[in-house]
Amino acid sequence: MSKLRVVHYINQFFANIGGEEKADYQPELREGFVGPGMAFNQNKEFADEAEIVATVICGDSYFNENVDSALETVMGMIKSQNPDLVICGPAFNAGRYGVACGTVAAAVNKAGIPAITGMYKENPGADMFKKEVYIISTKNSAAGMRDAVKKMAPLAIKVAKGEAIGASAEEGYLPNGIRKNFFEKKRGSQRAVEMLIKKLADKEFETEYEMPSFDRVAPGEAIKDMSKAKIALVTSGGIVPKGNPDHIESSSASKYGQYDISMFTDLTAETHETAHGGYDPVYANADADRVLPVDVIKEYIEEGKIGSLHQYYYATVGNGTAVASAKKYATEIGKKLVDDHVDAVILTST
Amino acid sequence: MKLELGIIPISDIQFGPESKVENGTIYVNAEELKALILEDEALQSVELDIARPGESVRIMPVKDVIEPRVKVSGEGAMFPGVISKVATVGSGRTNVLRGSAVVTTGKIVGFQEGIIDMTGEGAKYTPFSQLNNLVVVCEPVDGLAKHAHEKAVRLAGLKTADYIGKLAKNIEAEEIETYETVSVKEGLQRWPDLPRVAYVLMLQSQGLLHDTYVYGVDAKQSLTTVIMPTEIMDGAILSGNCVSACDKNTTYHHLNNPVIKDLFAQHGKTLNFVGVIITNENVYLADKMRSSDWTAKLCDWLGLDGAIVSQEGFGNPDTDLIMNCKKIEAKGVKTVIITDEYAGRDGASQSLADADAAATAVVTGGNANEVIHLPKLDKVIGYPEVADIIAGGFDGSLQADGSIIAELQVITGATNEMGFNTLSAR
Repeated sequence: MSKLRVVHYINQFFANIGGEEKADYQPELREGFVGPGMAFNQNKEFADEAEIVATVICGDSYFNENVDSALETVMGMIKSQNPDLVICGPAFNAGRYGVACGTVAAAVNKAGIPAITGMYKENPGADMFKKEVYIISTKNSAAGMRDAVKKMAPLAIKVAKGEAIGASAEEGYLPNGIRKNFFEKKRGSQRAVEMLIKKLADKEFETEYEMPSFDRVAPGEAIKDMSKAKIALVTSGGIVPKGNPDHIESSSASKYGQYDISMFTDLTAETHETAHGGYDPVYANADADRVLPVDVIKEYIEEGKIGSLHQYYYATVGNGTAVASAKKYATEIGKKLVDDHVDAVILTST
Repeated sequence: MKLELGIIPISDIQFGPESKVENGTIYVNAEELKALILEDEALQSVELDIARPGESVRIMPVKDVIEPRVKVSGEGAMFPGVISKVATVGSGRTNVLRGSAVVTTGKIVGFQEGIIDMTGEGAKYTPFSQLNNLVVVCEPVDGLAKHAHEKAVRLAGLKTADYIGKLAKNIEAEEIETYETVSVKEGLQRWPDLPRVAYVLMLQSQGLLHDTYVYGVDAKQSLTTVIMPTEIMDGAILSGNCVSACDKNTTYHHLNNPVIKDLFAQHGKTLNFVGVIITNENVYLADKMRSSDWTAKLCDWLGLDGAIVSQEGFGNPDTDLIMNCKKIEAKGVKTVIITDEYAGRDGASQSLADADAAATAVVTGGNANEVIHLPKLDKVIGYPEVADIIAGGFDGSLQADGSIIAELQVITGATNEMGFNTLSAR
């Protein structure tokens, strides 16, 4: 089998053309490897399966000051080599180089050619591109070249061959927001004890999950006259018509349901039940009004306290359902409620 | 309080005319044991089966897993307040039938029970695939209410474990493990320079199939309190829950709590393991606030430097976890929290339902939403058709060829938040 054809993208500095004074160097295509490309071609794991056939060199200032035209030229050079894989950098902590590597790798990926890069986690290019391309986490200077190549080479081969990519901690790429399971060497309790000992000694430790910034929603404006308001009911408590006609899952719901409640004044064990697997269902099954208060709303309408109840209610199961899924359902439901001129929504959870 | 665990390695379980433990094998007189279990009028029938490591066997839906143990000396007996009389356990000697477990299954109570595969892909994720399991299949009498059904199956498992454990009362242990917790005063005198660390063990307490019992007390009706780690080894805490079975603590997990073991391993060396604080995870906000206030107060009062907090469950209890973490950190006590993740099948979603900047040190047991494919196995003990409705399953989970495609959360103990496993995520 012939080897994978690899094109390597590097800057003027690593091509030994010059430093800052040559940063305006225009794109150039050279045959074979240049500079750090040698380290890849000498890596056995890499060399067994792949070979750098060409190198594209571009000055960092030139690239960043002429992004559109520089990228177009660079892409043309890369495509002319019909590569199976493109490697950019590693850029370590060089900011403009990191941005260039990320830009090129992302564009190459979009063109359907596998690409990876490498840089230090604080390189501005890392935050900009870590969700689009695999970025191997490197040291902050070129002294880390050997280590970087050792991690970039196997990942590059895997990406080129379309093999399954493991978790970031296994493969060495910067966390890209996609959580992946893998087996650690030590069990969780031991990792926790070791982490605590480090934290107590004010030593550096690495959390396994960075806390996200939490999405908080400001409440809407209050309704002044409820007697004219049209109210809708929406629940994550899993109240569905008896028999769960849409088969909403008991956990990690893949959908939500829209159900007509206009004919009901009271939900009973004969008409409704819960599909939710995350709480004691006995009381909700006996009287679903406990989660979806149709009976009370109807009484309030009768008494003139509330204008009307929207014909449909929306239900899903909150249990084990990813925040991203919940957000998607809420966006769709919200749009329908606005289209139907609903004034306010009572959201019930469990 | 000092406890010795006498370890008796078990390599097989067999049915036989006489119940006994001999040369590492547990022999069970099935008729005798069945008669004992059926003394409970709530049960219509019971069947016993054996599932050994590597066998092509699937057990589902699993409710609880219990390690057989017996008190050899010291106050009280196993499972105090439920199977034996209330007495303070945790001292003396307890024999442990290591390598064996009692597994309860039967007609499904809710949506929530899990799967144990003894071989194949699923076996990698559950620690119970490595054990010789005596499986108790319980069927309730007609018309039994769900809460009574759950209780009957729970007690059947504990009675069975107690029955098996007692067979080993006079057997000489192969190895002795010793665990000791000293008084607060003695600890301060002996290790004045070591950081004081406690373990905050959060107990699931949300209702049917979500309950935990401490000396027989339903944890949702109890306030946060202090317990000695060795009491837990003697069955002071029992599981009544198997909701989304991947991250629920079975009774086996409580008996073999890995945080307790790993803290003991460092005790007197790098830290002073002061004790265990247990706190519940109730559904009401007022309860969450009260319990987490109480947890932080006890951490402060014990003069701790650090605490490991383990969660049980996900979603709603994420709030309890974050409240505990935030309030303990606010007392100047450093925390590491152990949780698991619901990051969606694609892993792209936010993993927890709550978050706070105070939670700087997190250990994760993995993403429970990740999809796995469990091959068809030769034998199923229990009911394969529940695959479509248990938590983690979906319409069509059970394939025509008998294999199962579902989320990891269906596997009993897969993403355990005591850190029982090596599984993690990034």
